[in-house]
Amino acid sequence: MRHIISVLLENEPGALSRVVGLFSQRNYNIESLTVAPTEDSTLSRLTVTTTGDDRVVEQITKQLNKLIDVVKVVDLSEGEHIERELMMIKLKANGQMRAEIKRTCDIFRGQIIDVTPNTYTVQLVGASDKLDAFIASLGNMASIMEVVRSGVSGIARGEKVLSL
Amino acid sequence: MVVRALRDEGVKHIYGYPGGALLHVYDALFQQDDVKHVLVRHEQAATHMADAYARATGKAGVALVTSGPGATNAVTGIATAFTDSIPMVVITGQVMSHLIGEDAFQETDMLGISRPVVKHNFSVQRAEDIPTIIKKAFYIAESGRPGPVVVDIPKDMTSPTDRYPYEYPKSVKLRSYNPISRGHSGQIRKAVDMMLQARRPVIYSGGGVILGGASDELTALAKMLNFPVTNTLMGLGGYPGTDRQFVGMLGMHGSYEANMAMHHADLILAIGARFDDRVTNAVDKFCPTARIVHIDIDPASISKTVRADVPIVGPSKVVLEEMIEQIKDSKKQPDAAALETWWKQIEEWRSRHGGRYETADSELMKPQQVIEMLSKVTGGDAYVCSDVGQHQMFAAQYYKFNKPNRWINSGGLGTMGFGLPAAMGVKMNFPDADVACVTGEGSIQMNIQELSTCKQYDLPVKILCLNNQSLGMVRQWQDMNYESRHSQSYMKSLPDFIKLAEAYGHVGMKVDKYADLEGAMREAFSLKDRLVFMDIAVDPFEHVYPMQVPRGAMRDMWLSKTERT
Repeated sequence: MRHIISVLLENEPGALSRVVGLFSQRNYNIESLTVAPTEDSTLSRLTVTTTGDDRVVEQITKQLNKLIDVVKVVDLSEGEHIERELMMIKLKANGQMRAEIKRTCDIFRGQIIDVTPNTYTVQLVGASDKLDAFIASLGNMASIMEVVRSGVSGIARGEKVLSL
Repeated sequence: MVVRALRDEGVKHIYGYPGGALLHVYDALFQQDDVKHVLVRHEQAATHMADAYARATGKAGVALVTSGPGATNAVTGIATAFTDSIPMVVITGQVMSHLIGEDAFQETDMLGISRPVVKHNFSVQRAEDIPTIIKKAFYIAESGRPGPVVVDIPKDMTSPTDRYPYEYPKSVKLRSYNPISRGHSGQIRKAVDMMLQARRPVIYSGGGVILGGASDELTALAKMLNFPVTNTLMGLGGYPGTDRQFVGMLGMHGSYEANMAMHHADLILAIGARFDDRVTNAVDKFCPTARIVHIDIDPASISKTVRADVPIVGPSKVVLEEMIEQIKDSKKQPDAAALETWWKQIEEWRSRHGGRYETADSELMKPQQVIEMLSKVTGGDAYVCSDVGQHQMFAAQYYKFNKPNRWINSGGLGTMGFGLPAAMGVKMNFPDADVACVTGEGSIQMNIQELSTCKQYDLPVKILCLNNQSLGMVRQWQDMNYESRHSQSYMKSLPDFIKLAEAYGHVGMKVDKYADLEGAMREAFSLKDRLVFMDIAVDPFEHVYPMQVPRGAMRDMWLSKTERT
């Protein structure tokens, strides 16, 4: 099962490598990883999506907690949560397909953020499956030149917070 | 600042080897007498010496090695300590800050290399942080589940021309690290209820009891309840080896009665043990009828391989103290009738295969006899520092450890070459104690250069080299699983160990008859101020038994070359 694990991390050199190293060392898989400093510049917030059964995910959170640089860990998928990912996708868009691509883009509430006579660059924000669905819906309509995805960021719903 | 911080931490000895990146530190060492530096002949030995000091005392040992090859040579020793949760602080030199990343001379990324095998590591970015970082390193190494900590110091951070205000902190706090100080009382109550109802209980205790200084509490609890106790390889000495309730080591080369008792138990009380693969055999067949109470200071050790019915996170000593109190307060007794039946069964197992081995079929000495003699000659009171292989298993099986912190071996990582430097680290700190290094002709050659260090610092350890002219454990597996194709497991061209010991300025003794063993060993231990290298010829065909059948249950064992459960 897919899990979204959020980590509050000391913003120190080498801290990220400890987290990433832990995953490879213990043979856990990383589907996506995002990290950036928080409003408190001494702390980073990291979101990692991974798959595994309950036993594996329990080990992942325990092992993450053991890292000295890790301040707090929460498995967001245990409760109600919101996840978002940002994608920028560059498409070949010319001829009669150009309009059709624009329409599909509107349906998905994407924005065209860069245009050339032959290309569109589309920005799309949403849960990962929505981004997948957009790519699938393009089908044969447009050929994809380049895809950049940010990886998942997540936050708990309601009043629950992950902070010091 | 580095040397002052070590002094203020109360460090008496550090083990190391100088090099370019550490010249400032070595110069500071030269100009003081509080911290004594021990010059080894290879950095691996420095880490093992520091590690063994920690195993014998519970306090973090300190190693000091230079950048590049000095640091990489130390990695095996750091990993050895990490796997066995041994507190250690390793200070590594690093090239000047402005050269980092430029492939400078003797540069390696020690933070990166050591990361998977340390509890934590630090890189000094500002010289004024050195005292705090060193304090943090000791705090992290020694608290919670202990482990090695590396402090990497670029050369310019120790420059004697730069002066900074110095203050060594009395204590440090980390917001992201708060080791647990006691167990959950409700969980302990649940465990106590289960224990008092148990009909076939076994206490399975590991290195956590030794590291946590909980052997008195463990002994008191076991005595109070009349439960059988088995120890892991790392836990030996946690419970008195000569006591009736001790059923021996468990696991791959565990005793017949310990493994049988585990398999048939209805309750397992695991204390500071981690259900290692060398203990459980096939996890899906492990102890099918048992409920499991697991006490460990590291939550990640609980339910990692075997699911615990009652997990208790906390230091073994404090949890056991509370457990004992709760049992007293409950005014309840364990089920005496059921325990009597259980003990009858255990005694039957014990009498069936109580550590027997064949001695009649050849003239050659059996390795087991050597260990039994060592146990007799030293009264079970020596520090026994072992290398890795058959001799290690024989030492674990046949030496009767009655005290904790006396059995010093690389259990988790299985590092050949550990034994001699470990014995040196112990001897240096316990000069009046008997310190034996049990080794083989394979392992001893992995750090034999340290005979020179022994001479320089007058470390009269006793080396018992069980010489079977082959890598015995490898050979045993090849006998059992590869139709005796002894691929690369023999040792041809062995040196004359007697002459070698003498060349280093020590005493060599050759023993090839059992009749001579006791006399020679007594003589060796009576030479209080000399290192004695005993080259003892043992049966090269001997195997270690019992041996669990791969992928079987705890009870599936080979008991000899021909007998299987």
